[in-house]
Amino acid sequence: MSGLVLPKPDAATLSRRAEIVADMRIIVPGEGVVDAVSEMRAFESDGLTAYRQLPLVVVLPETVAQVAKILKYCNERTIRVVPRGSGTSLSGGALPLEDAVLLVMSRFNRILEIDYPNRVVVAQPGVTNLGITTAVEQEGFYYAPDPSSQIACSIGGNVAENSGGVHCLKYGLTANNVLGIEMVLMNGEILRLGGKHLDAEGYDLLGVMTGSEGLLGVVTEVTVRILKKPETARALLIGFPSSEQGGQCVADIIGAGIVPGGMEMMDGPAIRAAEDFVHAGYPLDCEALLIVELDGPAVEVDHLIGEVEAIALQNGSTTCRISQSEDERLAFWAGRKAAFPAVGRISPDYYCMDGTIPRKELPKVLAGMKALSEKYGLGVANVFHAGDGNLHPLILYDANKPGELDKAEQFGADILRLCVRVGGVLTGEHGVGVEKRDLMPEMFNETDLDQQMRVKCAFDPNHLLNPGKVFPQLRRCAELGRMHIHAGKLPFPDIPRF
Amino acid sequence: MTTFTPATAEDVLATVQWAVADEAPLEILGHGSKRAIGRPVQTGHMLDLSKLGGITLYEPEELVLSARAGTPLAEIEALLAAHGQQLAFEPADYGPLLGGEAERGTIGGVLATNLSGPRRLKAGAARDHILGVHAVSGRGEAFKSGGRVVKNVTGYDLPKAMANSWGTLAVLTDVTFKVLPAAQTEVTLAIRGLLDEHAAAAMALALGSNAEVSSAAHLPYPVVTRLAEGHLGREAATLLRVEGFGPSVAYRIGKLKDLLKDAGPLEEISGEASPALWREIRDCVPFVGSDRPLWRVSMAPADGHRMVMALRMQTAVEAFYDWQGGLIWLSMAHGEPEADLVRAMIRKFGGGHATLMRASEAQRAALPVFESPSPALAALAARLKAEFDPKNILNPGRMAA
Repeated sequence: MSGLVLPKPDAATLSRRAEIVADMRIIVPGEGVVDAVSEMRAFESDGLTAYRQLPLVVVLPETVAQVAKILKYCNERTIRVVPRGSGTSLSGGALPLEDAVLLVMSRFNRILEIDYPNRVVVAQPGVTNLGITTAVEQEGFYYAPDPSSQIACSIGGNVAENSGGVHCLKYGLTANNVLGIEMVLMNGEILRLGGKHLDAEGYDLLGVMTGSEGLLGVVTEVTVRILKKPETARALLIGFPSSEQGGQCVADIIGAGIVPGGMEMMDGPAIRAAEDFVHAGYPLDCEALLIVELDGPAVEVDHLIGEVEAIALQNGSTTCRISQSEDERLAFWAGRKAAFPAVGRISPDYYCMDGTIPRKELPKVLAGMKALSEKYGLGVANVFHAGDGNLHPLILYDANKPGELDKAEQFGADILRLCVRVGGVLTGEHGVGVEKRDLMPEMFNETDLDQQMRVKCAFDPNHLLNPGKVFPQLRRCAELGRMHIHAGKLPFPDIPRF
Repeated sequence: MTTFTPATAEDVLATVQWAVADEAPLEILGHGSKRAIGRPVQTGHMLDLSKLGGITLYEPEELVLSARAGTPLAEIEALLAAHGQQLAFEPADYGPLLGGEAERGTIGGVLATNLSGPRRLKAGAARDHILGVHAVSGRGEAFKSGGRVVKNVTGYDLPKAMANSWGTLAVLTDVTFKVLPAAQTEVTLAIRGLLDEHAAAAMALALGSNAEVSSAAHLPYPVVTRLAEGHLGREAATLLRVEGFGPSVAYRIGKLKDLLKDAGPLEEISGEASPALWREIRDCVPFVGSDRPLWRVSMAPADGHRMVMALRMQTAVEAFYDWQGGLIWLSMAHGEPEADLVRAMIRKFGGGHATLMRASEAQRAALPVFESPSPALAALAARLKAEFDPKNILNPGRMAA
């Protein structure tokens, strides 16, 4: 593990492992408790495979009552708990801790209700993102957020991470498509936030829970909104000699009042790697390739394709192909969707980053990345959710070469610092997890982070749920609650008052 | 009674720090346009943010706008409109409904009350568009959360925690919203003469199609006569709004007409009449000019009309529906809010919540204006409040006693 410091394991918990395992077997009878090292190996990391750690024990509950009992048990004995969905997190959000129960929600795998008049689906959290769409597609509906791991990632994990995807500029993130959850607090209390109706009755606790990375509660049921599939979708494949022109084209499309269903950009190295891999017919002579997908009724799509084509030409596109069939549209996407494995072919390992920037800063950030690439002696290829400014630089390295992983991580951290410097953020959709945890001070000062941690105190005052993630430094809630009173009289005679 | 009107975030911080030190509770105000909603706040001092104004960043091509919290909403909407953009969540203007002026209200108030409008169904509420905030907590500390880019999951989403917090967690000083292109055109299809039950079915059919209906409302008689200066006549009107590029709108309206050809007589409302009608629905114009207690109820769309029908068996109400039937405006004819009855009916028909949007000060002081969903949730909300405002100096009692 390269330099990552996790909370010091609690010796008392480690010494009581046999007793805890036995108690877990009482709460979850049958096959739901895994304590053999050989079987726990399957859970030792998530999608961020550079980090591995065996948990204290793996527990796979099947009912809300079991989840509540497990959490209450652990809360009363100050045992840490790490929740996990499908384990596809790219930021180490589900990385186990040595002294923590790994609470795996994958057996919560049923769709509970499909309600077409209200256009909602109620699902258990272990149902996959794609599983929701599959359940309703025979009626022409789908669930809009589509993270690229959608075949495997769970809807509960999507809530924890506020997952995005290619279509979120037009259709929103998880937070905009979840109407309600049932959740369990660390003390075992079962709560319902929202439901099939809109908006919260008081504080927007559902909004706070969404994207809280498993630190505030464990989601045991999710109500999501489903949408009718658009009638048609067509895509344009547009090549530019420079990223500046590609970026300007994106700005002009949005400036023209068009919000495409998807808008993706790839840089030269990513284009060439993808084309070598899937032969999608991508032009190899360009430095920026844009895929713009328009969806809706045919008459709208045709109208907008014409407008986008004109904007592309004004910005000096050297290629502009328009999909004439569903097969061709899918072919345009094939290279983009295979970009990660394609890069995997040209490099033994790659490290996927996830910053967001104001789009206009793209040329500056790409130039900065090029300089960093030379500094670290590692290659980088870029895929980019162009509509919303979410960059996914893929850093190429070889884990078998001593020191290269460390170098890749430092390179990645420098890229994220650059993103923050130009007005962007550390993570657009992958989450902070352990990966970006120590970079949080680049974006937030101590007061900002303390207020975030105080939110944690309202939900989990003993820091038992997923500790060591998101926040670089754990501070006790009692200490966070202390007030620093600026005593004295009004120090500001100039403020108008009446 | 002292009213502080700071013009900078630093002065807001200094004011709150003084209030913390003196344990002097503050009522937090923008324009005060929604002051009559919620439990009355009784404090010795007011913190008036109306001088903390100014749009600090607007980049149409990046789809973001930042402004100081006291910036008038009207100023922001005018600037966006000049660039063909909008706040897609259509923040309502409840000024006249509450007996005040129209077109007041600040952008901070929009977030603090989580405003939205008829497009809520498709485009969400303020909570869905807020990207970042700067605020001063009740601890007297300035903090920020979120950012200025449209996609961000760095840390907890505290900007969403500010939505619907009614100034009880922190004093907003700067907000950044996602903005979107305004639709080129819109047309409304009206189905006439439907009973509530049939209207609910027609709206579900329309929303379940791919005609991309952005708003769906049902105005029974006599509420319908109070819209558009009576031009809609006396027949109940079930309204479906379609927005977008001209050719697309025409096509989708055609599609809806085909889908609903057996539902009832159809009329098209286009031109300026369509947005004007939706503004009136947004601002609850049918119930402006009365002082009867008024509830804003949020339920699953298909359950709304059933709840109203059952409620009518018990008491006299006037009602109309927005959000496909999921938002119900209930005006209580006898002058009493009948909170227990209304809330019991909502629970009986699938759950949701009701906010007492208009009532006398005495009624608002005596009743829970906002619904406390369950003891466990109320306790969690109270813990959250304590983490932001441990001395309870920000709008004490506004949301919960």
